[in-house]
Amino acid sequence: MLNIKNLKTTVNDKSILNGVNLEIKSGEVHAIMGPNGSGKSTLANVLSGKNGYKNSGDIIFNGENLNEVSIEERAQKGIFLAFQYPLEIPGVNTNNFLKTSLNTIRKARGQKELDTLEFLKLVKNKAQELDIDEKFLSRQLNVGFSGGEKKKNEILQMKLLEPKLSVLDETDSGLDIDALKIVANGVNSSRSKDNAFLIITHYQRLLDYIKPNFVHVLSKGKIVKTGNSELGEELEKSGYANI
Amino acid sequence: MKTQKDIDTNQEYKYGFTTDIESIRAPKGLNEDTIKFISNIKKEPKWMLEWRLKAFNRLKSLKEPNWQKPKYPKINYQDLYYYSAPKSASEKPKSLDEVDPKLIETYKKLGIPLLEQKRLSGVAVDAVFDSVSVATTFKEELTKKGIIFCPISEAIIKHPDLVKKYIGSVIPLSDHYFATLNSAVFTDGSFVYIPPNVRCPMELSTYFRINASETGQFERTLIIADKGSYVSYLEGCTAPMRDENQLHAANVELIALDDAEIKYSTVQNWYPGDKNGVGGIYNFVTKRGACRGKNSKISWTQVETGSAITWKYPSCILQGDNSVGEFYSIAITNNHQKADTGTKMIHLGKNTKSKIISKGISAGNADNTYRGLVDIHNKATNSRNYTQCDSLLMGNKCGAHTVPYIKNKNASSTIEHEATTTKINEEQLFYCNQRGLNQEEAVSLIVNGFCKEVLQQLPMEFAVEAQKLVSISLEGSVG
Repeated sequence: MLNIKNLKTTVNDKSILNGVNLEIKSGEVHAIMGPNGSGKSTLANVLSGKNGYKNSGDIIFNGENLNEVSIEERAQKGIFLAFQYPLEIPGVNTNNFLKTSLNTIRKARGQKELDTLEFLKLVKNKAQELDIDEKFLSRQLNVGFSGGEKKKNEILQMKLLEPKLSVLDETDSGLDIDALKIVANGVNSSRSKDNAFLIITHYQRLLDYIKPNFVHVLSKGKIVKTGNSELGEELEKSGYANI
Repeated sequence: MKTQKDIDTNQEYKYGFTTDIESIRAPKGLNEDTIKFISNIKKEPKWMLEWRLKAFNRLKSLKEPNWQKPKYPKINYQDLYYYSAPKSASEKPKSLDEVDPKLIETYKKLGIPLLEQKRLSGVAVDAVFDSVSVATTFKEELTKKGIIFCPISEAIIKHPDLVKKYIGSVIPLSDHYFATLNSAVFTDGSFVYIPPNVRCPMELSTYFRINASETGQFERTLIIADKGSYVSYLEGCTAPMRDENQLHAANVELIALDDAEIKYSTVQNWYPGDKNGVGGIYNFVTKRGACRGKNSKISWTQVETGSAITWKYPSCILQGDNSVGEFYSIAITNNHQKADTGTKMIHLGKNTKSKIISKGISAGNADNTYRGLVDIHNKATNSRNYTQCDSLLMGNKCGAHTVPYIKNKNASSTIEHEATTTKINEEQLFYCNQRGLNQEEAVSLIVNGFCKEVLQQLPMEFAVEAQKLVSISLEGSVG
């Protein structure tokens, strides 16, 4: 599904990624761990096509080179980024935002757009599945949401948009254990042979609930170690210092 | 050279066409003869002509105000036409069937159907073309309720007592240069009278269209809501694309008596000029409402997206005890447009309340100023004002300014003022893009969110149009 080849990224002449190679196949869950400043969030942003980065190397997604593809087209092709810090957009109703987003993506996929009633039914179901209070759907997008609510809203959007590749950028940070379970449940219930996940995290505790197929350690802009889920547990004990 | 740009290649202002129609004009120039010409062609009674001439005499000693932020080249008032009307409208058509098909076609193109079968449901329209009203719909239905909705030129003849009593009672004849100029040369506009305890059953609206070149439009609107009545009124405006600047100097007076309410909404989309700031309307307008009776209410809502320069302060004089004034405004300036707009809330009566919500959006090289006065007089015990001014900037070359004046002579009053200035946030755009929205959809979503409190105030029939207009006005302003 995703093949990252020798990806190098600089921001303002400072190099952040120094040749990342990573292959993710359909049906897989990958976790990326690593110390602060190792380039984890940069990798997530570059995958989504965010401006402001100078990149070399290739990102191949379902056989297509994404180097020249815009942010919204990547989203329409099925790349979803759960933000580390979801943005507040005052005056915009959450339901309205979700509907606009879903219909834009459905349209790009050649699917029929949903009318308001169909949408409300769908979003209600998804919210229930995730044990999310419907009330926040009628509030302004992320405005006045707690940290946990914002993250849950990201997972709800992921469930709704049904992306092929979901990138979760430290979605677990700042969550209490209940919210953490909701996030993990969101991922686990979405896992299928047709999609894949890239989970960026500092801590093992999220991986107690989501069992990844692979764990990678990112350090100084390079993947320095790859292993199975036991690597996460190992890191939890001994830290990154020995890697 | 006065040319009309090819509208097929210039989609950003879709109302920029001209109607090729034979017209009658007064000779160029501002003088007594022109005023007599206007008064004569409208068959006005003598008192009206005298009133106009009094204004003209007063004008001679007045100077154009120059305290506003947007500056403009000197206007040669002798080089303008003050009256222009389609020839076919010179004898007022008696029914809509007699209206020139070219005019019907023009309004159809503007999205304002005038013919019976295609009328906007629940909205009565008065259509003003240059200096005359060419059609008014739903007149009979309104008459049954005792409501008068007609061109002011007709009201001067048919309802002289009402006009005489109220015209100039809110905006005095000698108020300031442009208001006085309007009093001397005003041509047409709407007149509304709602009798006591009548709730107007439909939206009343006037659609102003400037068509002729080198012509100023001087519209005059007078709305009177008698005791216990209610009316919601909406005006829309468009003009052809020309590389000259055209002057639009209107006077609008509202009077609300005891327990009456007037809701006045404007969607102003005059031609804004081209990308380089050539052409466009000078929209210098005086709008003022008097809450004359107790418990009366006047609410102004404006969506200002057009004009090269917008210069207006729809105001409320809160005379009656417990009266309420509201001002909701969206002013969008893009490219080289300039706006200096806001409101004045004059608290005279006890327990009077006012609320000001202003949303200014600047893009391109544009400049946007909110200027407002809250004036609480010594007898206005327990008065309250709440003001919120938000500015949104797009890009690095535009400007936003907030100039609030607050005068308070009564210690029991409460005044609140909140102001914010924000730049459209790259991260917000990224977030929307990541959810599949392109740049323009993202900007439209964020800006409509920013304006929401004001858009909500518009009558339902127009809110959707206004939302679209907000998006279109900002197209191409980011990235």
